[in-house]
Amino acid sequence: MRVAENLNAALHAVLAADPGAHLLGEDIADPYGGAFKITRGLSERYPDRVLTTPISEAGITGVACGLALCGDTAVVEMMFGDFVALAFDPLVNLAAKSVSMYGARRPVRLVVRCPSGGGRGYGPTHSQSLMKHFLGVPGLSVYELSPFHDCLGVFEEMLALGEPCLFVEDKVTYTRPMFPDVAPFRLDYDGGVARVFLDERPDCVIIAPGGMAHRALEAMRSLLVEEEISSMLMVPSRLYPVAVEAAAVERTGAEVVFVAEESTGGGTWGAEVAHRLHAGLWGRLRRPVTLIHALDSVIPTAAHLEREVLPAASTIHRQVLEALRE
Amino acid sequence: MPSACAETVPAAGLLSRLPDDELELLLLIRHFELQLLDLYGRGELNGTTHTCLGQEYIPVAVSGLLRDGDFVLSNHRGHGHYLARYRDPHGLLAEIMGREGAICAGVGGSQHIRREGYLSTGIQGESLPVATGIALHLKRTRPGALACVYIGDGSWGEGAVYEALNLASLWRLPLLVVVENNGIAQSTPTSRQLAGTIAGRAAAFGLGHLGIGSLDVIGIRTALAPALDLVRRGEPLVAEFAAHRLGPHSKGDDTRSAPEIEHARAHDWYRRYADQHPRQFAQFDAAQREHVRAVVAEVSARPPSTWTRS
Repeated sequence: MRVAENLNAALHAVLAADPGAHLLGEDIADPYGGAFKITRGLSERYPDRVLTTPISEAGITGVACGLALCGDTAVVEMMFGDFVALAFDPLVNLAAKSVSMYGARRPVRLVVRCPSGGGRGYGPTHSQSLMKHFLGVPGLSVYELSPFHDCLGVFEEMLALGEPCLFVEDKVTYTRPMFPDVAPFRLDYDGGVARVFLDERPDCVIIAPGGMAHRALEAMRSLLVEEEISSMLMVPSRLYPVAVEAAAVERTGAEVVFVAEESTGGGTWGAEVAHRLHAGLWGRLRRPVTLIHALDSVIPTAAHLEREVLPAASTIHRQVLEALRE
Repeated sequence: MPSACAETVPAAGLLSRLPDDELELLLLIRHFELQLLDLYGRGELNGTTHTCLGQEYIPVAVSGLLRDGDFVLSNHRGHGHYLARYRDPHGLLAEIMGREGAICAGVGGSQHIRREGYLSTGIQGESLPVATGIALHLKRTRPGALACVYIGDGSWGEGAVYEALNLASLWRLPLLVVVENNGIAQSTPTSRQLAGTIAGRAAAFGLGHLGIGSLDVIGIRTALAPALDLVRRGEPLVAEFAAHRLGPHSKGDDTRSAPEIEHARAHDWYRRYADQHPRQFAQFDAAQREHVRAVVAEVSARPPSTWTRS
């Protein structure tokens, strides 16, 4: 099953299980089914609760907040995650704050889905990974779509939190398989974090959200075959609050850690992860956590320019090699 | 400041005699706001506040037409909206002062209040899409109920307002937008911040619009009632009141000229009602002043509010 099908099935299940669940977004109705076809079949089955909307990201996020404040479950699709900038106010200033600013904790079950990331030539305003702007907002959690985490389970977790969540979906994962073959490594879970590893102490740990997982895995394979470097990949579903514990990294025995993500450099999720690891593993790491991310740059349209800016498997391979050879 | 509001219910000098409890409510709000300014003047309150002096009759008129299952959304100038719905000066003052018994534990303060069927927030234009979502919920779960959202003339500068009006009209939602057009957005006259008219903007979305110049609670209700029946059946309405803000935007920040302030005062329901119904007014005005003073004394003596974060 592809990731897009798994996500579509999760949305079907959320709407089927909860008669108060709504899905709102632009062009999400059948037969179109959304710009990335994630909502296919939903409006036909739930015509009163799957609402295709005008181009009004702030408005529909506010509407979703209104539904959630009444106790309903609301899921909003941003056609492109870049557009969530238009919904920053209702999300940050009302939805997230409503959880606590009225004195008592009140559930706000709201998920804003953000198809994100580049690699498809959509250019500077349709290729970004904007999650860094939503870190550290009281009452707001950030998750990322992952091929190692069943989407329904992730949705159930987000909705059970009772606070708004940003769900980052790297567009390039949509067409990739769920639970891909990780040979020669094997897969297990430590808490909610997927781990891909060999049965030996790894030379390094690579922490990456779902959208980077296949690139990290490709780098791990080439590092193993070409350089005999053994690495472990850790893929958390929840990005913020940071789900990767220092103790979990320490248990691996690795002394070198990388965080790989597609965000542009500066003020990144990786910096937040690194800070937590430095605080917990100070003196036990051989070197500071290495941050791997896109350049501090707009994301260009032309394929050759886009490749210069975005981190690829080869970027991870090179950075790991350089750090371990130091 | 004359308003650009197109009045389908024109201003008239005469105010109908109100039932005693309705007059009490008007006077409760008036004296509550006056006491707040007094408390601020004496340094007893933290932060800022926005009083609705001169606009009290609007929520009193509107609330008389609302039902228990309706939802009210308020804004930064919301004390009148809250008191007209709940007649709870103790809870509101405790919220503003951060005292025990506060509606929201003192976290929200003057501008961020939530009770069953009531929500306020301090960012302009933000509430209209939320009200639209609540109206969508009500349409599905409680047919016949409506969401009533109070906004000012200044809020019409926000784009989210138009996104919401479009959705409410498109989806035929039970949404009542009450516009308190007091002719001035903080310090900016409406003539310098709003092109065209609010009526024209409502018309652009295919929404009903009612312009209300009257200060007469009974007359306003008579005009509004049939329109609200339509709202409850999914015809959203913009009810625009030509209001008069007597006080400053918040406290001590009134830059209007003396004639402008005198114009507002000349449209004060309080003065007119006192002139036209002197015996009833005298009977309740002093009593409400004393009542609010007693509320202030009682709430001020309470211990600080406590907030349980999780």
